Amino acid sequence: MIRPPFRSPSLRWQALGWQALALAAVALIIVTFARNASHHLAARHIATGFGFLREAAPIPIGESLLPYTPSVSSYGRAFLIGILNTLKVAIPGCLLATLLGTLIGIARISPIPLLARLAAVYVEGLRDLPLLLQLLFWYGVFQALPAPRQSFRPLAGVFLSNRGMRLPALAWQSGFGWILLAALAGLGITIVLARRTALSPHRGRRLAAFLPLPLFPALVFAVTRPAIIIEWPALHGFNFQGGMTISPEYAALTTGLVLYTASYVAEIVRGGLISVARGQWEAGAALGLPRAAVLRLIVLPQALRLIIPPMTSQYLNLVKNSSLAVAIGYQDVVSIADTTLNQTGQAIEGIGLIMAVYLTISLGISLAMNLYNARLAQRAR
Amino acid sequence: MPPIALRRWSGCLAFGMILSLFLLASLPLAPARAAGSGSPTLDAVRARGVLICGVAGNAAGFSLPDSQGVMQGIDAEGCRAIAAAVLGDQHKVKFVPTTTENRFTALQSGEIDVLVRETTWTLGREASLGLEFGVINFYDGTGFMVKKSSGVTSARDLDGATICVEPGTSTELAIADYFRVNNMKYTPVEIQDLQEIHNAFLSGRCDAYSTDSSALAGFRFTQGAHAEDFLLLPELISKEPLGPMVRKGDDKWFDIVRWVSFAQITGEEYGVSSHNVDSFANTTNPDIRRLLGLEGGLGKTLGLDDKWAFYVLKQVGNTGEVWNRTMAPLGLPRGLNGLWNRGGLLFAPPIR
Repeated sequence: MIRPPFRSPSLRWQALGWQALALAAVALIIVTFARNASHHLAARHIATGFGFLREAAPIPIGESLLPYTPSVSSYGRAFLIGILNTLKVAIPGCLLATLLGTLIGIARISPIPLLARLAAVYVEGLRDLPLLLQLLFWYGVFQALPAPRQSFRPLAGVFLSNRGMRLPALAWQSGFGWILLAALAGLGITIVLARRTALSPHRGRRLAAFLPLPLFPALVFAVTRPAIIIEWPALHGFNFQGGMTISPEYAALTTGLVLYTASYVAEIVRGGLISVARGQWEAGAALGLPRAAVLRLIVLPQALRLIIPPMTSQYLNLVKNSSLAVAIGYQDVVSIADTTLNQTGQAIEGIGLIMAVYLTISLGISLAMNLYNARLAQRAR
Repeated sequence: MPPIALRRWSGCLAFGMILSLFLLASLPLAPARAAGSGSPTLDAVRARGVLICGVAGNAAGFSLPDSQGVMQGIDAEGCRAIAAAVLGDQHKVKFVPTTTENRFTALQSGEIDVLVRETTWTLGREASLGLEFGVINFYDGTGFMVKKSSGVTSARDLDGATICVEPGTSTELAIADYFRVNNMKYTPVEIQDLQEIHNAFLSGRCDAYSTDSSALAGFRFTQGAHAEDFLLLPELISKEPLGPMVRKGDDKWFDIVRWVSFAQITGEEYGVSSHNVDSFANTTNPDIRRLLGLEGGLGKTLGLDDKWAFYVLKQVGNTGEVWNRTMAPLGLPRGLNGLWNRGGLLFAPPIR
């Protein structure tokens, strides 16, 4: 930490005074704008306030993680569904983009020319086209699938049609919550053990570290013995009934976002890997480690310190870009808020809520990534 | 780290910038109005010399540019009629395309002078938006369109169907009510862009496409040779009276928008059209003389030229002419949109 040079107390008070004055001016501006807006809204008889969130929302919602009935459930609930729908794209999107981007970034510095070139073509191709265009393209692709009656059946019980992908689903039982919890606990213990044994010379030990992952949930299952009922989708009337659906809108949005963001992630990963001195590779090779092990154990951990900060920006971009969902009819928080403010006429409140949601998600991501980054920095030599 | 003096100065500078921003923000938002007609919108339109009219810009029959790029449709003609009455020239209109989602904010914020965008008149909209409807220029209802190959012939067959609908419209409210009342289920696909909705319906993503029945007829019309593949279901599940909207609080502007429409209805009732309006110059019929501004001085009371309705009828024509140019080619029957004495709902109060 760099300490500022010595300053006299009077100067420090002066600086504080200026800052307080500036802060007061900003606050005054905000208050003036708010008063001005509320005055004019009242003069024009435009409804204001957040009371509408409790009113019944006649918004039809196509896919929702919560029970919802149009004209019965409230605007607040519709809004919550919108937030969940945004997260439903953002979280798997960030994970998959990281995974794919890392693989492509590694492929770009591969000694195999064909692989490196293919990765380069991927990056340049997807990075240079507007995301909206890519989303419309993927939506077009998913719409071009056959109608439900003529749907593809790649596996028993899986139907691929222009209504999306229909999969068999496990009917939820009360005992599943415990199994899920056990799986999470198993995952946590596995991560701890795997770290401890990563450098162990015994292959058996390294593998044993992964045992809690399947064992924990299996044990709980054996104890609680919940009924296993699989819902199989079946064509009935217009569409499939039963099972679970991945809608074309969701699939197009997630595919587009993941492929697009992965091209940026790949460049960040490549930059991080290149920044690690060649000597590290050579030292690893000199120890007799295979290339993959050098990458995993020596180069990637060092590269991570350079990779994490720009990755944060990419995650933020992905979350914000998910608002392009409006164009292809996926009902994310922006889409639902737009419809809400259109139906209630309360544009300022609606836009304010959208801003609050994105700000919260973005600050959350930044905070998590900064914490992770700080931990990495602590371990730095 | 910069020297301390510089830091202090930059602090002063930042403070000064924020202060000037604040002063800027505290200026009154609307410039003081010079003595005018008493209608800020009318004054603004006159000063600008052009009417800014919010339309859909993508709906056949309502507002859609033709092959020459000229906006055509009943809404576009409505804009031209107002321009003819206010500015004496129907061509002095700037059309601003709006979506179902930004139309009200465009009008509230003053970006457009009037919104003529197949917008349904409802109590909720008039009470909470700070906007009001001038008049009804089209009587419509929500309908469903399906592909003939689906075998569906009634809206009652749509249980479980996937339905394409524009978000933020009264259509989605009508559908929600209809399916709830009839205890049926449906999956909505809501896309803001009209072209993408059409694509989704054509590709089979949706079993049905729902909007105002006139817009459905317009959609089918634009399918050309494939028009016969689509079926408009017989049920109309809601009343959709469409009309132009203006901002509340500008009553004179509201009067103008409303009476321009009434003048066109009166024109049709008395048989005054763009072709024969000149021949009425020496008419003795007092109703027509008042309509055309030959006596009564009614235009002045509206804040317009006395020949305002003459310009409207001469340049744009009466409601019948507008219908024949815009809706008749789509194959829509006149129905409720005819004159009151011919089984329709068009009824204008007397111009006197």
